[in-house]
Amino acid sequence: MVDTSVSLSGVRLDNPVIPASGTFGYGYEFAELYDINCLGSLSFKGTTRDPRFGNPTPRIAEADMGLLNAVGLQNPGVEKVIDEELPKLRSVFHKPIVANISGFSIDEYTYLAGRMDEAQGVAIVEVNISCPNVHAGGMSFGTDPRSAYEVTRAVKSATSKPVYMKLTPNVTSISAIAKACEDAGADGISMINTLLAMRIDIKRRRPIIANKTGGLSGPCVLPVAVRMVYEVYEAVKIPIIGMGGVSSAEDVVEMMLAGATAVEVGAANLKDPYASKRIVEALPELMERLGITRLSDIIGGAHNG
Amino acid sequence: MLKTKFTVRASREIALNTWELHLTGDTSGIVRPGQFVNIELPGLYLRRPISVCDWGEGSLTLIYKVVGRGTALMAGLKIGEELDILTGLGNGYDTAESGGRPLLIGGGAGVPPLYALAKVLKGEGKSPTAILGFNTREEVFYTEEFSALGVETRVATADGSLGIRGFVTDAMEGLNYSYVYTCGPMPMLRAVYEKMSTSGQFSFEERMGCGFGACMGCSIETKDGSKRICKDGPVLKREEIIW
Repeated sequence: MVDTSVSLSGVRLDNPVIPASGTFGYGYEFAELYDINCLGSLSFKGTTRDPRFGNPTPRIAEADMGLLNAVGLQNPGVEKVIDEELPKLRSVFHKPIVANISGFSIDEYTYLAGRMDEAQGVAIVEVNISCPNVHAGGMSFGTDPRSAYEVTRAVKSATSKPVYMKLTPNVTSISAIAKACEDAGADGISMINTLLAMRIDIKRRRPIIANKTGGLSGPCVLPVAVRMVYEVYEAVKIPIIGMGGVSSAEDVVEMMLAGATAVEVGAANLKDPYASKRIVEALPELMERLGITRLSDIIGGAHNG
Repeated sequence: MLKTKFTVRASREIALNTWELHLTGDTSGIVRPGQFVNIELPGLYLRRPISVCDWGEGSLTLIYKVVGRGTALMAGLKIGEELDILTGLGNGYDTAESGGRPLLIGGGAGVPPLYALAKVLKGEGKSPTAILGFNTREEVFYTEEFSALGVETRVATADGSLGIRGFVTDAMEGLNYSYVYTCGPMPMLRAVYEKMSTSGQFSFEERMGCGFGACMGCSIETKDGSKRICKDGPVLKREEIIW
């Protein structure tokens, strides 16, 4: 009997598998297919203070072993999320929930963190300072250590729940940003958001995505994500939720060996709606095969000493 | 939605760059004409959404136009090959409001979903008329299949090489109808919208991520709020469309 449980800042998860924000909605589409309580947690669709329609279509383009998206934080706004979406989610999901929030100013982040502090069922606040698809705010807070520090401080003052800062890979040194978040009191790091990318329609001679650029995700980014998690693990002491192309139990183990305590699964849910469940179910057998009794023992296992 | 394996039973080119694919598998997830399926193809990350042309117990017919990498791969499928398919996606057409004489208007690759719709409407004892529009004679398909259902069928080609010369809207002249169901390229949908004198339902196309409502990749704005083409659509009522 293997132990797949992990702990994120005192929040115990039965297993480290968490569907990533923006790839799982508020869970219902998937709850129609299977009992989503098999998941460790769930990070719901990125929530802003005001309702947002998002970007014009096309919002999606394909890549070899991945996809680009420029949805642009479409969501019904925090009030509707707390009054309608969260209760509906909690009726089908009884595990700790990760609340993903995104803002356009420090005040907005603070407000959202305060609302999530009161929200029942929310165990962890994941603060997106890395969305590549909005033109103000979003990623700009996550590309400068000082801004990242300020957002973290502000969010920490508004909630007593664990705060995980979600970082962008579109920087020179992700470790410097992670360190700034840790210095400001962040409880953990969530990484990586998508890589800024573009595809061009060679017949129309224009970018495929209406927003021109989009965020690349899927198996093609896994090696980048693993490298970055490995680097940040050496730079900070707080736990890391690792993500970027995770599509199998093997990828989960790889991400944890790099330094992740838990793992988010994103693009894979869009290709195969059963992906997260399949990964959860494959973990115990893989652990036995690799001689792992307690999954939490392997966190950072690829580092020397 | 149902995720199931289908087997290729037949695949043939029925018109210029237009292919008909017969599959066998569990079709119990498909409940309405106008729904679509999302097909996983080897080597491609995203599935390919294709509208359902016809279905029966254990059999599924798809018609698609080869326009890119995915559809080119599909045209190369061999008999016996197995495909992983999500079925029963989207809302589909609602036949409750059709009245007795619904008009079905399809343009090119938008024709296929209207075939299953025509079948259902006939089964409900209604008298549908179909207008099928194409660019040119070589692209025309399924006119005999529509006629064989007992559906009055008009064909229009833009170059006049078959049927009425002109667009589907030219073929609407002088027709009496109770409702409109349509699917086709955006300019055609817009023209039909302007021309029609009744209410109706329009099937839209959009680049999709998941195809089942999770990623918000295909959302458009409507008078009824934002809608995901894959989940709340692909069929929208005339009254809710914003052009």
